[in-house]
Amino acid sequence: MSASYALQTLGLVKRFGGITATDHVSLNIAHGARHALIGPNGAGKTTLINLMTGVLPATEGRILLQGDDISDLAPNQRVSRGMVRTFQINQLFNSLTPLETLAMVVTQHRGEGARWWQPLGHSAAIIERAEQLLEQFHLTDVMQQRTEHLAYGKRRLLEMAIALACEPRVLLLDEPVAGVPAGERDELLHTVAALPTDVSIVLIEHDMDLVFNFADRITVLVNGAVLTEGTPQEIAHDPQVKAVYLGTSHD
Amino acid sequence: MTAQKSLLHAARWQPLELVFWVMAFVMPYVVGQHALIINEIAIVALFAVSLDLILGYTGIVSLGHAAFLGFGAYSAALFAKHVNPDPLLGLAVGMAASTVLGVVCSFTIMRGSDLTRLMVTLGTALILLELANKWGDLTGGADGLQGVIMGPLLGQFEFDLMGQISAWYSLSVLFILFVLARRLVHAPLGATLKAVRDNRLRAMAIGISVTSRLAVVYTVAAGMAGAAGALMAQTTGFASLDVFALDRSADVMLMLAIGGVGWLYGGIAGAVAFKLMYDVIANITPQYWTFWIGLFLVVLVLVGRERLIRPWTWLGPSRGEGAS
Repeated sequence: MSASYALQTLGLVKRFGGITATDHVSLNIAHGARHALIGPNGAGKTTLINLMTGVLPATEGRILLQGDDISDLAPNQRVSRGMVRTFQINQLFNSLTPLETLAMVVTQHRGEGARWWQPLGHSAAIIERAEQLLEQFHLTDVMQQRTEHLAYGKRRLLEMAIALACEPRVLLLDEPVAGVPAGERDELLHTVAALPTDVSIVLIEHDMDLVFNFADRITVLVNGAVLTEGTPQEIAHDPQVKAVYLGTSHD
Repeated sequence: MTAQKSLLHAARWQPLELVFWVMAFVMPYVVGQHALIINEIAIVALFAVSLDLILGYTGIVSLGHAAFLGFGAYSAALFAKHVNPDPLLGLAVGMAASTVLGVVCSFTIMRGSDLTRLMVTLGTALILLELANKWGDLTGGADGLQGVIMGPLLGQFEFDLMGQISAWYSLSVLFILFVLARRLVHAPLGATLKAVRDNRLRAMAIGISVTSRLAVVYTVAAGMAGAAGALMAQTTGFASLDVFALDRSADVMLMLAIGGVGWLYGGIAGAVAFKLMYDVIANITPQYWTFWIGLFLVVLVLVGRERLIRPWTWLGPSRGEGAS
C-alpha cells in the first residue's frame, strides 16, 4: 500500500440491522488536506467518523492511515497512530482544569500516562507544550478554572486543544463551531484556520461559510453514500448538490 | 513556570497534613487506654482509602469490597497459624493474596453499567463468604479461624493487650500505603484515572487504554484492602466470616459518603467519624445505633457536607437560592 494519502477508506459499510448508515464510502484524504464532509442531517457523517476512529466496528471495508491498515485497531491504538477527533458535543473532563487536562493529555501522548511516582507537572517540557496549547487556544486566562465552570466558547476551544495535544497527523473535526454564540465564534474560526498545515484535517460542518472558506476538497454525503466530491467551486455549482440542499429532488 | 508551580503545588505536602499524621502517631501514647479503637480506626481507614481509589478515582461503585478485606484477613491468619507467625510476612502474604484476587476480579468490572457492576462485586463477596463457610476444615467455618498467635513485630515488639503496638503497627501500614496512594493519584496515572472517571469516551479518544487503567487501579485497591484485612486478623488474633459480609462493604461506603469521595483524606475522615459515632452512640443506646447513623446520613445528604460542617451558614440562604 502506498502512503500517498494521509487517510483512506475503502468501501466502508456500516449496517445497523436493516439500515445502511454508511454505504460503500471510499475517501482519499491527501496529506495536509483541508477536506470537508457535508450533507443533510442523517447523511451518516458522524457514523463515518465513528467508524474511522474505531468507536463503531465497520461491517465491511478497510481503513488505511498513512498507508497502514488500522481497521482492526482499538480506538486508543488509532490515537497513538495519529488519528484524533473532536466531538460535536463537548466531551471534556469536568473536574479537571484546562491546565491539568492538557498536561495530562500531553503526558499521555508522550507515553508517560501510566507513571505513578512523579507528580503531574514534573516535566518542564510537557508543561511548556501544555502552555503553548493554552496560549494557542486562548485558554491561558482560564487555565486554573474547573472545566465545568468554563463558558461554552472556551469549552469548545478546549475540546479542540485536547485533540491537538495528541499531536494528530489526521484530525477529525466534528462540527467545531456548532452552538457557539456569535461573540465567541470569531475566536474559534481563527483558531481553526490557524491549525498547523502539516496536519490533515477532515471537517464535518453545517456552517457553509466555514466549509467554503476552509476546505480545499469537499465530499457530499447523502443517505450514507458519497454523492459527489470536488473542489469548493465544483461543489458550489453542482446541480445535484443544490437539489439535495434546497430540496428540489423528487422525494 | 506558574503553570508548573500550580500543578506541583497540588501534589506537595501541606503543613496541616504533617500535623495530622504526627497527631495520629502520638495518639496511642497519649490516650493509651483507647489504643484498641485507634487500631480499629486505622484499619478501616485503610480499607476506606482503598475503596476511594476505585469509587472516587474511577467512579466504579463496588458493594463487594469486603471480598478483598476478607481474603487478606484469612490468608494472613492461615499463614500465621500454619506457616510463620511473623506479622510482616503475614501482611505481605495477605496483600499478595488480595492483589491476585484483584487481578482476577478486575476482569469482571470492565463491562456493563453501574448496576451490573454493583451486582458483580456483591456476588464476588458472597461467593467468598460461602466458600469460607463451607470450607470449615481450613477456615473454621461459622466459628471463625481462632487461635491465631502472632509473633513479635520486627522480632522485637510483642503485641500487648492494651493494643498500643497494634495501633502503631496499623498506623504505620496505613501511613505507608496512604503515601503510595497519594503519589499515585497526583501522578499522571491518577490524572488519567480522573479522565476515565469524568469521561470514558473522551479518555479513549485521547489514547488512554481504559481497561488497563481500570485493571491497575482495581488491583492496587484490592491489595490495599487485603493489607487492611491482614492487619485486622493479626491484631485481633482471629478471622471470622463477617469480614466478607455485606455490612462491611456497606459500612465502608458510608464512611466514604461521610468523609467525601475522590479525596484520599475523605476515607480517613469518614472512618474516624463513623467509628467515633459508633462508639459514642452505642454506649448510650446499644440497640438503636443504626437509627442514629441512618438519620445522620439522611441529614448529611440533604444538607450537604459543606454546610453541615459550617453551622454558621445554616440560617442564611442556601447556595442554590443565593446564586439565582
